[in-house]
Amino acid sequence: MDSSVLEALIVHVCETVIAHTEELTALDQAIGDGDHGLNMKRGFEAVLAKVDMIAALPPADALEAAGMALVMKVGGASGPIYGTFFMALGKAWPAELTREGFTGAFAAAIDAVKARGKSEPGMKTLLDVLVPLLAALREGADTARLRVVATTAAQATVPMKAIRGRASFLGERSIGHMDPGARSACLVAHTIIDVLEGAGKG
Amino acid sequence: MSANVGIVIVSHSPDVAKGAADMVRQMVGDDVPLAWCGGAPGGGLGTSVEAIMSAIDSAWSDAGVAILVDLGGAETNSEMAIEMLPDDRRDRVVICNAPVVEGAVMAGTEASAGSSLEHVRRTAEELRAA
Repeated sequence: MDSSVLEALIVHVCETVIAHTEELTALDQAIGDGDHGLNMKRGFEAVLAKVDMIAALPPADALEAAGMALVMKVGGASGPIYGTFFMALGKAWPAELTREGFTGAFAAAIDAVKARGKSEPGMKTLLDVLVPLLAALREGADTARLRVVATTAAQATVPMKAIRGRASFLGERSIGHMDPGARSACLVAHTIIDVLEGAGKG
Repeated sequence: MSANVGIVIVSHSPDVAKGAADMVRQMVGDDVPLAWCGGAPGGGLGTSVEAIMSAIDSAWSDAGVAILVDLGGAETNSEMAIEMLPDDRRDRVVICNAPVVEGAVMAGTEASAGSSLEHVRRTAEELRAA
C-alpha cells in the first residue's frame, strides 16, 4: 500500500468519525453515558493532527501509531478498544498485502479486542460488526457484500440486550437501540471500503 | 519512598477522585503514597491513560500500587496503563474490584498497616462480598 492511499485512509476515516459525532452521541445517550461521539472525535482528531507523520510510516507502524494516539486521547473505554484494534492489526500486518494476509491480521485484531473488552459477539458491542465482517472476508465477499454485512450487522445490535459496556447497566432497557460502538465500527468499515475501492484496490 | 502499598484513585470525575483521595488522606495521613486522577484528556468526564500512568508513578511504592476505579472506561484505561508500564513495575500494580470510595478508604487503611499488595486488594474487594 503506498503512502498516498494510507494517508487517504487515515484522513477519510478520521473525518467520517468526526462528522458523525452527534449521531454517535445520540445513540450513546439512549443506552450509555453519551460520550461515545465526543470521545471518538477527540481521539480521531488526535490521529488527524499527526497524519503527515503517521502516513509516512510503513503501514504496520502507521496502524500502531494511530492506535496509540487513540489509546492516549479518547478518554473512554473506546480508546483502549479501538486503539488495541489498530495496534494489533499493525502487529499482525502481513509483509505482503494479500486478501488472506489482511484477513489473518483482521482476525488477530478482533481477538485482541475480545481480550481487551472481555467480550464476545452477542453482547451488543462493536464485535457484533467486526466478527460478521471477518466471516464475510473469509467467504470471499466482494466490497458491495462487505458494506451490506457491516450495515446489517450494526442494525442487528438493535434487538440485542447489552451484556458489556455501560449499556449493560440498563439490562432489558438496552433492547431497541443500536449499539453506538457497532455503529462507529460500521462507519469506519464503510469508509475504508470506499477509499480502497476508489484507489482501485477493492 | 514509603514501604507501604500505594493507592491510586481513578474516576471519570476529577471531583469524585479528589474527594475520595481526601477521605483516604484523612484516615491514613501521609503513611500511604496516594494519587488520584479524573477527567478525559483535555477535560470533560472520562479517564486518561497518560494521567493514570502518571498517578501510578507518583504513588509508586516498591510494595506495589492498588488502583480503585469507578466505571468501565476507568477500568479499561487503567488496564491499558498497567500494560504500558515498564516490565519491572507491571506485576506490582493491581486493580481492585471494589466501589471506588469505600474501596479506596479500606485499601488505604490496610496499606497503612504495612500489608502486602495482595492483602490490600483482598480487603478492598471484601466489600463486594459483604
